[in-house]
Amino acid sequence: MSITPDDGLLDGFDTLVLGIGNLLWADEGFGVRCVEELDRTHQFPSHVRLMDGGTQGLYLVHYIQQARNLLVFDAIDWGVPPGTLKVVRGDEVPAFMGCRKMSLHQTGFQDVLAAADLMGHKPQRMTLIGVQAEELEDWGGSLRPLIRQKMAGALELGLAELADWGITGERRAVPLAGKDGLVGNDMDIASYEAGRPTLSQMGL
Amino acid sequence: MATITTPNGYTLDNGGKRVVVDPVTRIEGHLRLEVNVDEQNVIRNAVSTGTMWRGIELILKDRDPRDAWAFVQRICGVCTGTHALTSLRAVEDALGITIPENANIIRNIMQLTLYVHDHLVHFYHLHALDWVDVVSALSADPKATSELAQSISSWPMSSPGYFSDLKARLKKFVESGQLGPFKNGYWGHSAYKLPPEANLMAVAHYLEALDFQKDIVKIHAIFGGKNPHPNWLVGGVPCAINLDGVGAVGAINMERLNLVGSIINRTLDFVSKVYVPDLMAIASFYKDWGAIGGGLSSMSVMSYGDIPEFANDYSEKSLQLPRGAIINGDLSKIHEVDLRDPGQIQEFVSHSWYTYPDESKGLHPWDGITEANFVLGPNAKTQGRNIESLDEAAKYSFLKAPRWKGHAMEVGPLARYIIGYVQGKPEFKEPVDGLLKTLDVPLQALFSTLGRTAARGLECQWAADKLKYYYDKLIANLKAGDLNTANTAKWEPSSWPKDVKGVGFTEAPRGALGHWIHIKDTKIANYQAIVPTTWNGSPRDPAGNIGAFEASLMNTKVADPQIPLEILRTIHSFDPCLACSTHVMGPQGQEVEVKIR
Repeated sequence: MSITPDDGLLDGFDTLVLGIGNLLWADEGFGVRCVEELDRTHQFPSHVRLMDGGTQGLYLVHYIQQARNLLVFDAIDWGVPPGTLKVVRGDEVPAFMGCRKMSLHQTGFQDVLAAADLMGHKPQRMTLIGVQAEELEDWGGSLRPLIRQKMAGALELGLAELADWGITGERRAVPLAGKDGLVGNDMDIASYEAGRPTLSQMGL
Repeated sequence: MATITTPNGYTLDNGGKRVVVDPVTRIEGHLRLEVNVDEQNVIRNAVSTGTMWRGIELILKDRDPRDAWAFVQRICGVCTGTHALTSLRAVEDALGITIPENANIIRNIMQLTLYVHDHLVHFYHLHALDWVDVVSALSADPKATSELAQSISSWPMSSPGYFSDLKARLKKFVESGQLGPFKNGYWGHSAYKLPPEANLMAVAHYLEALDFQKDIVKIHAIFGGKNPHPNWLVGGVPCAINLDGVGAVGAINMERLNLVGSIINRTLDFVSKVYVPDLMAIASFYKDWGAIGGGLSSMSVMSYGDIPEFANDYSEKSLQLPRGAIINGDLSKIHEVDLRDPGQIQEFVSHSWYTYPDESKGLHPWDGITEANFVLGPNAKTQGRNIESLDEAAKYSFLKAPRWKGHAMEVGPLARYIIGYVQGKPEFKEPVDGLLKTLDVPLQALFSTLGRTAARGLECQWAADKLKYYYDKLIANLKAGDLNTANTAKWEPSSWPKDVKGVGFTEAPRGALGHWIHIKDTKIANYQAIVPTTWNGSPRDPAGNIGAFEASLMNTKVADPQIPLEILRTIHSFDPCLACSTHVMGPQGQEVEVKIR
């Protein structure tokens, strides 16, 4: 997604497709990588915002408040076999995100939803597409192959959910190059993985 | 059980009852505290432990220095911008890149925006709940709340109807059983002193601040192209300016700048009419905290300084935030701080889960080594994989122990205000004197938990004022015809020297932040950061000096060790952020679990 006119400002969207998690922490990056890939391959109407939410926690509350429809991609630890995809809707979302504390941002995100609710602007429709993570503790690592494979399925589920909400993405004739995507500056998935030093290069 | 006296003047007694708080809630990152309390529940020994390990160098090695900012801003969900800016300064320092005037002003605006945002969010959303009892707010009288609000500020949202509606909403929310952001509170604790009306007013402002902070970050979105994760650029700022441009695509135009101006005005209004009056009102019920939690603040404080008035000039003369160090409690002398001098800033690991060839010595960050070595001391108590208590005589934290000329230092807003006060700078001294007078407390009360929290509020006001100043300066500069925002003369790596080192620093909202970089053959060869919470949360050093968190907890009386609200008050007053100081895994992939309740 290039820098759109209202980027970062609140006007002009009612549907938020949000990826959350820390890119630097292996499968924790799943949510952000999904949204990065969705943006690379699809174009959406201007009322749909695709966002790399990172681990911003409470700082995302105004985007949540603004959204009538909220679709979240995230890596979750439900204690099920790695790679399992789950779709959770509506009031179930906060509970599912907090059923096991996995990382800093998760409790944070539950709080964000609660805060949006307390402020009287909970999204009317809310769906979480999550994957059971395999590896969360590889600092500087990327998605594990199994989890990376699940991105396609997660995106299909996401597109179907959006279609249910009356929103269709148009497939780009040519996918965006990684550097032109949502996550730039050498942090796009290809550059990120290519640039990782080996342990021996790090002297370990 | 032994009593020892530390070189920095604390008498530690590890007898009595050991109380463990893990994790400390409402902070970013993982922090564990262990204290020993005597029969009177007074803290006689304190142990601060970062329970996760991270090495920035592991992800930055061999990367393009021009992208380092994008990586460092992912380390943490809170101080993204200040890490990015520090990284740019380190790279520019190494490569000898200067930035244009407009870029300096816009970076100052970005950094000051972060200050206002971070301080506001810290006060209302992380720290206020240590002083404000949310459940008590439910028994407030809306009419009396309105009278209270109107007596302290002209802020318009203060009618009885407003507070009545809010109370109803809060009641419904609490009764629904989902306390959300209000969970983990010690509601009903005897140390909460505010009347229900003050609690209700504070909860109202908690929500208003949450709503308002979204406007402040728009400034980041405008100059950084997007938010979250705004863009930065080595050599300047990544935004072109065209005052006469129309529409919102591309360069920043006058319409966009007007929006920035209006956000700054509203920010000034909110800080001066809501945050500062709330701070004063709440502090007036907690004056006793002006004698608690001071720790190192009356002894050893340090600030690198920030907000350069002149582009590319990082000397004390140019920096608007105070720079210098005070040691041994001698307020008559401000020492110069040099981040390049190998003998000044050093990190020690004798009590940290790392290894050095010679652990009796410290290493300057340019020579820094980050090699994890997780071993527990002989007196640590473990239960399976859980650690019941650590052995602080041995290694006990994933934070290294940074020292300035061997001294443990406190950093942060209070350190900055103490240095500015001692320097006699009116913009720091006058607000402090005003605060002390309003609260009717002596200067000594500044060196405390109350002082730390108050300094942050005063600094928020300072930052809002400076935002206005730099905005006006930017507009004047642009109108005079200078539209340059970036220097790309040395953008191509082919123009770089083969082997160079650099250092960049900022004052992050929570304190002094330094990044040290070594660039070799156009790639990053080594990268070390010392973050504010490493200074404040540091473990002991080889000489036995305790760190700022540890010192701040000493001699505090805890009403009930099972619900140690007092510990949270003091530790939160530092605005700790451990995400960038720490991680969960050793480099060989072995699991390092330090987790208990």
